[in-house]
Amino acid sequence: MTGAKALWATLANHGISTVFGYPGGAIMPVYDALTYYPEVRHVLARHEQGAIHAAEGWAKATGEIGVCMATSGPGATNLVTGLADAMMDSVPLLAITGNVARHLMGTDAFQEADITGITLPVTKHNYVVRDVEELPRIIAEAIRIARTGRPGPVLVDIPKDVQMAAYAGEIPTPHARPEIPAPTDESIGRALELLRTAKKPVIMAGGGSLDASAEITALARAWDIPVITTLMGLGAFPASDPLWLGMPGMHGSVAANRAISEADVLLGIGLRFDDRVTGRVNGFAPNAAIIHIELDAAEIGKIIRTHVPVRGDAKVAAARLTEGAVKGVWPEWTAQITEWKGRNETPEHWGAGYAVKAVVDRLTPDDILSSDVGQHQMLAAQLARFERPRRWLNSGGLGTMGFGFPAAIGAGMAEPGVRSVVIAGDGGFQMTAQELATLKMYDIRNVKICIINNSYLGMVRQWQEMFHGKRYSEVWLGDSNPDFLKLADAYDVPGYRASSAEELPAAIDAWLADPKSALLEVVVPHEHGVFPMVPAGAALYEMIESDPGRAVELKAQLADAPMNEVNDA
Amino acid sequence: MTDPVPYDQLLSILVRDEPRVLTRITALFGRRGYNIKSLSVGNTEHPGVSRMTIVVHGDRGVVEQAIRQLEKLHDVMKIIDHSLEKYVDRELVLVKVAITPESRVEVRQIAEDFRSRIVDVGRHALTFEVTGDEGKLTAFIEQMRPFGILETMRTGRIALTRGSNAEIASHIYHEGETQTLRPVVEGVEAREERARGVPNLF
Ligand SMILES: Cc1ncc(C[n+]2csc(CCOP(=O)(O)OP(=O)(O)O)c2C)c(N)n1
Repeated sequence: MTGAKALWATLANHGISTVFGYPGGAIMPVYDALTYYPEVRHVLARHEQGAIHAAEGWAKATGEIGVCMATSGPGATNLVTGLADAMMDSVPLLAITGNVARHLMGTDAFQEADITGITLPVTKHNYVVRDVEELPRIIAEAIRIARTGRPGPVLVDIPKDVQMAAYAGEIPTPHARPEIPAPTDESIGRALELLRTAKKPVIMAGGGSLDASAEITALARAWDIPVITTLMGLGAFPASDPLWLGMPGMHGSVAANRAISEADVLLGIGLRFDDRVTGRVNGFAPNAAIIHIELDAAEIGKIIRTHVPVRGDAKVAAARLTEGAVKGVWPEWTAQITEWKGRNETPEHWGAGYAVKAVVDRLTPDDILSSDVGQHQMLAAQLARFERPRRWLNSGGLGTMGFGFPAAIGAGMAEPGVRSVVIAGDGGFQMTAQELATLKMYDIRNVKICIINNSYLGMVRQWQEMFHGKRYSEVWLGDSNPDFLKLADAYDVPGYRASSAEELPAAIDAWLADPKSALLEVVVPHEHGVFPMVPAGAALYEMIESDPGRAVELKAQLADAPMNEVNDA
Repeated sequence: MTDPVPYDQLLSILVRDEPRVLTRITALFGRRGYNIKSLSVGNTEHPGVSRMTIVVHGDRGVVEQAIRQLEKLHDVMKIIDHSLEKYVDRELVLVKVAITPESRVEVRQIAEDFRSRIVDVGRHALTFEVTGDEGKLTAFIEQMRPFGILETMRTGRIALTRGSNAEIASHIYHEGETQTLRPVVEGVEAREERARGVPNLF
């Protein structure tokens, strides 16, 4: 057996059914060996970035590890964005790269890149396999590391001669999943004490809480505590529950941001207090004692002063906090929350928000919704109503344009019986549009692409409008966008278009009813802002609720803020 | 966070002796803007395990965060936070001092007072080896400065906790795989326990 065959055998033993990748010189022995392992399906993307985002989509939808592979040099460097994305969003991922033969490593050989050096800051761990005897063990260990504790991406770089070397050892089976540490009695006790004395409590659940969704739901209902879910945590608590307040932060709901600003106890679960969530840190939850349930100790106290750190499994912690529950004794708080929730506006006039709402209203709780990055993403996050976790895929931490479409393909392949819908902007879709070929090649039928076409890099345009005196620098796409329907047609993907509120319902019907994967282009007015908005550098209570006029005022207030904080769209 | 005044803090880190491990550790510090004041690395009594002593300049919050980030690295097997323990530390410095026929005797006398050894003798310079704690080395260099210091090289501090290892307040990682460390870690109290009472620890 060669190292390459041992690689596939190890992957197969670990239940890896699908690998997204792209071949090349330095990984050819692996692709050659693939022909002996029909039990593993290889999906040929059209760009390595497409392959890794598809693997991420697979992982985000299923909670299981996603696997991708690429050749050395340019193939490997094309994975970097996806690795950084997976690192930021804690996605369990195994990336396998080929490299030049060992004796050439370090000589600047053809297509050589020091990929372990390059990816050091954006992987949870990485390896160069220098000895074929180590190869299967390293793969097994890499899979374990990727999904243990706080999940993340692991890269294994395999020199070509190691792929070809003879391997006579065992093929490892999966490591037992180590138990997640349970929180201490003391921390639970202190948290319960705080909850009992609370008058205005609020729960904030992040991406690390998705697998504890049932326990968190029970916890909130037992105490009658309102729940905010972050961009990454959408779906951790059912949106239909009256206790749900929406998303916090820069484009969060009025109810969520107000509740944080007024709360006296904030129970954070599985989150890392990203600056897009907190706004100005010293204005975040200014009146609240903070309980932080988190697996990754490095996140506790990193950004926000924590009063009660609860380190450990969110499932266990939430269940234990439910035990001592006393049903809410805060009628004024509940009334206040209800009033704020009532102010949630839904878009009435034709525009991107209207279009996004029309699409997300058609989703069922089982549908997977993936988004790209930009205004449409924030609109989808504000308007979609998720009833369960792992139905919302997006690039939260890195904000990677080009993520949405390949991620929808990956999720669609993981769950072929489920509709995998992607909402993308006209800008971001073009970053990975070539993956239309993947739909065609594998005859994938459940991916529904919706492009919100505003002819602008909309989110950047909004910032230019609000903070840069409407100097629209390099954000106009209108003159150069392709005819998206023709583009889709070139790949045999059916296309639909709507340009007005009147046309939209029929277009959505036809698009969703199409038995094949299909593309819907919604042409919307060029200029449309996403509100509410908390400008970078402002506190959550300084939120601009709807009136862009306030932007001018805020701009003046923020004049002292460092420019990089104001500029980072 | 508990103490905003920055000061030098000592950490010992036991790591897997693998390529790039040093890069991983220093990159972690560098990326977060924590300044490493000194770093020394060497083998340990366990094959495949290296030991680093790192001096970080920062407040307590910075060091706490650094420790927690270090804990997550797969290569890191054990972290000893010397601020929680009594420890011994040493540093070695080579100092080349300019001499003249007139100053020679005086320079040698100072060196003797510091129990320093001469490791190289030249016509116009003497090179001394001094070990000790930071204060001693600094004092030595200050004493020699007026004669003209031509070159110095310091190894960076190294440290060990005092007493038996069973009392080391440390974090042990990946126990399943690090059989070699077993005898050392037996009976070790978790750092969590030791740090009880220090706000914002677990
Ligand atoms: C790879 C990458 N490049 C640049 C950006 C910065 N950026 C954030 S949103 C945005 C505009 C997105 O435009 P579009 O895809 O048309 O979506 P819209 O905002 O119009 O909905 C840009 C350029 C990014 N997030 N990712």
